[in-house]
Parts: sequence; structure tokens; C-alpha cells
Amino acid sequence: MSKPVKQIHLAAHFPGVNSTTVWSDPAAGSQIDFDSFVHLARTAERAGFDFLFLAEGLRLREQHGAIHDLDVVGRPDTLTVLAALAAVTDRLGLAGTINSTFNEPYEVARQFASLDHLSAGRAAWNVVTSWDEFTGENFRRGGFLAEEDRYLRARQFLAATWELFDSWRGDEIVADRRSGVFLADPDAGRFDHHVSQFDITGRFDVPRSPQGRPVIFQAGDSEEGREFAASAADAVFSRHGTLEAGRAFYADVKGRLARHGRSPDDLKILPAATFVLGDTDADAEERAHVIRRLQVSGQTAIRTLEQLWNRDLGAYDPDGPLPEIDPLVGEHTVARGRADVRMRRDPLTVARQWRELAEAKKLSIRELVIEVTGRQSFIGTPAKVAATIDSFVQSDASDGFILVPHLTPGGLDEFADTVVPLLQERGVFRTAYEGSTLRDHLGLGPAGRPRAAAGATVREAS
Amino acid sequence: MPRTHPSLHLAVALDGAGWHPAAWREPDARPGELLSAGYWADLVTEAERGLLDFVTIEDALSLQSGHPTEPDARTDQVRGRLDAVLVAARVAPLTRHIGLVPTVVVTHTEPFHLSKAVATLDFVSRGRAGVRVKVSARRDEAAHFGRRTVPRLPFDDLGTPAAQALVAELFEEAADYVEVVRRLWDSWEDDAEIRDVATGRFIDREKLHHIDFRGSRFSVKGPSITPRPPQGQPLVTALAHDTVPYRLVAGSADLGFVTPHDTAGIRGLLATIRTEQTAAGRADDTVHVFGDLLVFLDDEPGAAADRRARLDALAGAPYRTDAHVFTGTPAQLADLVQEWQRAGLTGLRLRPAALPHDLVQITRGLVPELQRRGAFRTAYEADTLRGLLGLPRPVNRYAAATPAATAAPPGPTVPEAPPAPAAV
Repeated sequence: MSKPVKQIHLAAHFPGVNSTTVWSDPAAGSQIDFDSFVHLARTAERAGFDFLFLAEGLRLREQHGAIHDLDVVGRPDTLTVLAALAAVTDRLGLAGTINSTFNEPYEVARQFASLDHLSAGRAAWNVVTSWDEFTGENFRRGGFLAEEDRYLRARQFLAATWELFDSWRGDEIVADRRSGVFLADPDAGRFDHHVSQFDITGRFDVPRSPQGRPVIFQAGDSEEGREFAASAADAVFSRHGTLEAGRAFYADVKGRLARHGRSPDDLKILPAATFVLGDTDADAEERAHVIRRLQVSGQTAIRTLEQLWNRDLGAYDPDGPLPEIDPLVGEHTVARGRADVRMRRDPLTVARQWRELAEAKKLSIRELVIEVTGRQSFIGTPAKVAATIDSFVQSDASDGFILVPHLTPGGLDEFADTVVPLLQERGVFRTAYEGSTLRDHLGLGPAGRPRAAAGATVREAS
Repeated sequence: MPRTHPSLHLAVALDGAGWHPAAWREPDARPGELLSAGYWADLVTEAERGLLDFVTIEDALSLQSGHPTEPDARTDQVRGRLDAVLVAARVAPLTRHIGLVPTVVVTHTEPFHLSKAVATLDFVSRGRAGVRVKVSARRDEAAHFGRRTVPRLPFDDLGTPAAQALVAELFEEAADYVEVVRRLWDSWEDDAEIRDVATGRFIDREKLHHIDFRGSRFSVKGPSITPRPPQGQPLVTALAHDTVPYRLVAGSADLGFVTPHDTAGIRGLLATIRTEQTAAGRADDTVHVFGDLLVFLDDEPGAAADRRARLDALAGAPYRTDAHVFTGTPAQLADLVQEWQRAGLTGLRLRPAALPHDLVQITRGLVPELQRRGAFRTAYEADTLRGLLGLPRPVNRYAAATPAATAAPPGPTVPEAPPAPAAV
């Protein structure tokens, strides 16, 4: 008997601060003006997407002590934009990345619960941790967390917010004019949470929101991140773009759910994906090549290399070979505030792999950077892209994708107009929203009472 | 007959079902919808229909309580509310002219987060954002964060040295907070984004500035992650009742809310604020002062007083608040508003006792009455909040420090402050 056909989940990442966003295209608009967000959100909603996704960065990236100036710089506040977008959309989920290191549970819980009320049940929170003192210099606490404590704090942070979300059952407000009873339970919102990172008590002030609690996303890929996702998240924003890597990740993470008393459908796996469309596959390939050249100028290639090498490589020719010298291991002093820096934990090995690749394919620095940093997941005609996306999902490499267009704000228009109808024809993507909340779109069912598993992931530092 | 000075300004303070604790029991109240977007959209669009300068949205980091420093166990009053910045952002795309001023507690929050949130409110409202900064001396709010303890104080007697010291410390921190927020708004020059294809540079990094703030409670490096907002500096406001808070208004704010009870009180507190303004080196800056007034309004003489008595009976006690309480007709209120304006106030912030009733009385009773008298605008004369209040778009402090950049143009989307509206 064949497997049932899976329905694909699609979401749109706003193309703002991001090394893949092409700002030099004449069609590129503002990454700040609200009109840009409205355009992308309305396109995504018109196409029936599950949600719009916003990333975050709490300090501007720097290189050699100066603010990085080659890619898009500057973005608005995530929660504020999402609340405003709730006014111009009806169904689209509104997902924001909010860091658990430089925020406090009471404030974040009230913000997301408020967003969920104000959007009638469309809020999602992508929980991330910050990794460096560089970011901490913008906050009261400064850089205060040891690396090993970051996930501990993230887990405890989520458990604390979860307790706050669940501190109201949802039936306390009766507001009966005649009897004068507004609140059925004088203790509504009571919480008491004492763990190593948080010592908080009192009453939460936002009554239970339409989704009970926002949809929880997780975006890390470490062992701890995967376990965190399996225990507590509703969706994972992963980076595994190839079929093989995607299937391995999917099997691994879905396999962890049972240990936490959850079923595979309780967690959706949604890798980030880019796309380039064309009238023919060759046309799309040509466009993809042009886009990659726009994304990676010679200067950008050198600066990207410096992020791995941790050295000034300004004297190197981007059209020449890779440096003979090795990366400088240890504390990063050249590039700061970049995700890439923390992700490459073994620069010597990566540099060796890059040299071998450049050698084998006869690549210049710029060509190599284009080769190793690009993730243009889907290139081809709309028919080919629709078929590829479908095959990824049906073969359990993912449950869908978070699409990262390269143009702000019109980068999703063509996809919505050409690929989405083909997915609908295949019967793998909705033609209309069936529910009204993001949990409905993701097929997650209503948020129940807190799972024991979520609390169980909180362990004290020993 | 001399015309009344035309540039009277009016704001309303929105909170729950209204300021009276029994307001939610009024026949036209919507107590089951206080957490819905539609409720807030209706209130703010009504205020905009009345051509009001701005709305403020109350907030706190604790559940409402009848007790000044602790939660209570009452079940007969509105409990539960939404984050005010997000409420303001939610209604911003549904309105075009009215200013949006959410309340933010500065004692437990991060100036970096608040700066970008209000800047973003300014972007999504196209130049209509403000913020009301508020300190918190509540022990229960501190316990919600678990990062600092607040001593138990006899709050009925704020005159004790311990209470005075705490208040002074909290307001000094608030002044630092506002300084950081303002520096972050200026940390991008208006024309920092250059998109220079020839050189491959998206921004001119010489026009982005570390703010390098170091204070006794916290330090912030900067620059902001969010570019300078449309108004350059969104409106900073604070409510003040005493010398220490007046000092915050005079030294840090664009607009202060005060709670006089008569014209003599207005003259006294204005004198204090102007003195503090000079002491803070801001004698030449415009600092608007709005008088707060809690209002029960009905067309029939005596009806408002009856309604107040009826609500007090439902609440079980006479309603007391920091502001003067007015009961009467819109025409009577117009007299008082004009009298207070003549005493030196920029305008009034009216706190509707019950929503939507007293708001509608303001927009459809008071405002037309003031318009008949030539005392209030008949159309919005500006698209930004600073514009409505006659405040110029500030020069960027960092750009001003660079000789070559002194001629930096204002942002493209914001007009210069409009001239004062002509008398009708």
C-alpha cells in the first residue's frame, strides 16, 4: 500500500539582512519601509502560505572593527512589524525570531501572547540563543552567559514562558455585567518558577490567547538543538537543503519525538530554501548564475573568506587562488556578529576542504565562495521546481520549506503565480485556508495543557 | 472679540473599558473584547475621527490591581491586558493621522529593544509614534523579572527618605534610558543607506555611530539595528506628579502629562518644569505640557454626575485618582479646557471614565463645540505626530557633529513641521 500523499507546508522568509538578498537589482525595494512587508505578506497570503518568517540580529555585523557595508544592513523590530502585519492580513501566520539570551520570560511571553490575541491566533516564536559578548554589549546584562549555559537558559526560558502561557486556562474571564464578576478565578495567571536561570514569581497579565501559546520554532542544528526541538518545538527551521542531508536530519529529529511522548506529526521540519525560476531550465540556470554573481562580489568573496580565516585577506585577489596561509584559530577578532563565524567550529578542516575543492574545480576565491556559500535549492521551470519540492516532501526530506527570495519585496510574486498553482494541481498544497490559526495551517491541533516533556527538558546545571 | 488661541491640542488616554473600575459594566461597554484587535481599532479610529492629536495606551508589567504596590484578589474589575506597543502597531495601518503613544515600563526592559520597537512603530505608522516612559517601584513587577529587588516601602507616605531615595534612583535610571533610546534613534544618519552599486556598498558606515553609553545601571554600545525613523526622534512623553518626575520631563521628554486641579496649580507646576528645563540646559527646547483630566461626559446637565454616582455604587467606593475628575456636559468641559489652556497648558489628555461612551462624547460633543468656538482644528494639518504638535524634525546629533554633514537633508517621507493652523 502506498503512503498517503503529504501536504506541503510553505512559508516566506522576508529578504532583509541576509547575504542572499540582492539589493543592487533595480527591482529591489526598501528592507525597512512597511510597504515592503505588506507586499511580501500579502503575496504569501494570496498564495496560501502557512506563515511569514522574520529573522533577527541584535548587533550590526562588523569586520575589522568596522560595520559591514556590503550586504543589506538594518531591519525593524520583529514583534512590532508582525503586529502591524496582523492588520493587513487575515490568515497568514506571523513568525518572529526572538532571542532568549537578552530578553526575559515575562516580557517575551506577554509580547507573544499579545501578538496571538491581536492576530486572532497566528503568532509563532522562533526561539534562538545569542552566542557572544559582542551582542551583549547592547544590553543591560552584557555578555554574561558561558557557551555551555546557552541552551540551558533557552530550555529554561521556554519552560518559564510556557508556564506563563499556561497560567491562564482560558475560561477565567466571564465579564458578567449583572453579577459584577469579571474574573472567575481570583488566582488567574499565578506562576512560581525557580530554576538556576530564573527566579520569578507573581501573576501573568495576558489571559490565554487564541492558540493557547504561540507556535514554537527552533532553528539550531547541534545535538542539544535537535533534542530541544524534539522535546518542545512545533517546527524546526533547518538548513539541510539537499535530499540526502534532509532525509537524514528528518529521520533523526522525528525519531527523537517518541522519547518525549510525541508523535512525528507534532513537529514539522521546514528547511530554508532558495529558488530561481525560468521559462526553461537553462534560462533558470543562467538567471541563477547571474544572481550568484550579484550576491558575491569580489569584495564580498574576500570578506567571506576572512570570516573563516580570521585574518586580514585584503591583499588577496578575489580572482586569484585561495591563500596558502591557514586560518587563525582561537578567538575571532576579524568578523563579529555573523552566524557563519560560530557555525564553523573547525576552521582548519573547512579551509582544507575548500582548498581541495578549489584545486579540483580550478576555482578562484570568488568562484569558490559562490560555490560553497550558495544554497539555491530549486532552479528550473515552475514545473520542475514544483516537482522537485514535491519529491523532497514526499520522500521525507522535509515537511515543506521556508522560501528565502533574493529580492525585497517582490521576490515571491513569480513563485506564487507559477509554482503554487502547479502544486495545487498536484493536490499537495492547499487551494484555500481551511483553518484560521497557524496551528491549523500546520496541522498541529490545539495546544493542550503543558506536556510533561517540556518541563522535563529543564535540568539544573550541575 | 478676540479669538481663542487656535492651537489647542487634545489627546485621550485609553485603558481597558475606561478609567472607572466599574466602567466595564456599562451597557455599551465591550468587556469580553478588551483583548481583541477590533476593540482597539474601533477606539483609535474614533479618536482619529475626532481629529485628536494622539492616543496613549496604558500598560504595566503586572496584572491590574487596586493596591498601589501589590496584586489584589479582586474579581469585580477588569484584569488582563495586552502589550501597548503591539496594540499601537496593530492599529497603525488602520489609521492615517493620529499619533500613537504606548506606555512602556523602563525599569525592567531593555532600552535597545524599546528604541527599535518605537522606531518601528514610527515606520509602520509613517511618522506617528511616541512613547510614554514609566518607572516601576512595584515589588510584584520586580518579582516577575527576578533581576532586582525593590524594598518594601510605605507607599502611602512617599515622603520618607527611603522612598525618596528609591524614586530618585528610578528616575535617574529612566533619564539614562531615554538618553540611550534617543542616541540609538540618531545612531544612523538619515542618509546612511547609499546603495552604491559602483563601490558595492549598501551603507556608508561613516554615517552609522556607536553610541558608547556608559551609565551607572547599564551600558549600551550601539548602533541600533534599525535605521533612523521617519520623525528622526519619535515623541518621548512622561506623566509627572512631583519635582523628581518634573525633572525627567524637563530634562528628557518632548511632552509631559501633569495632573493639576485648578489654574493656580497649572501655573505652579509649569513654573517648576520651566525652571528644571533651564537647569537641564533645555531652555530653548519646546517641552509641551498636557493636563490630565478624567472625564464623565453627558449631554444632559447632571447626567454625568449621576452616572459617576451609579458607577461608584457598583464599584463599592467613590473613585479616586491622581487627576482632577470632571463631570458635566461637553460644553462645560470646553469651558474648562479653554481655561486650562489659557493658564499655559499646550493641551489636555482626557481619560475617558467609560469606553466607548466618554470617548464618543469627546469626539462628537467636545470637539465640535471647540470647533464652533474656533478653538480646535477642523482637519489634520500634518501627517506626523511631531508635525501635529508643531515640533520640528530634530537634527541628528551625530550628523551635526560632522561639519560636512550639517546640511544633511531630512528624511524623504516627512514634511517639515507645518505652520500653525489658521484661526477659523
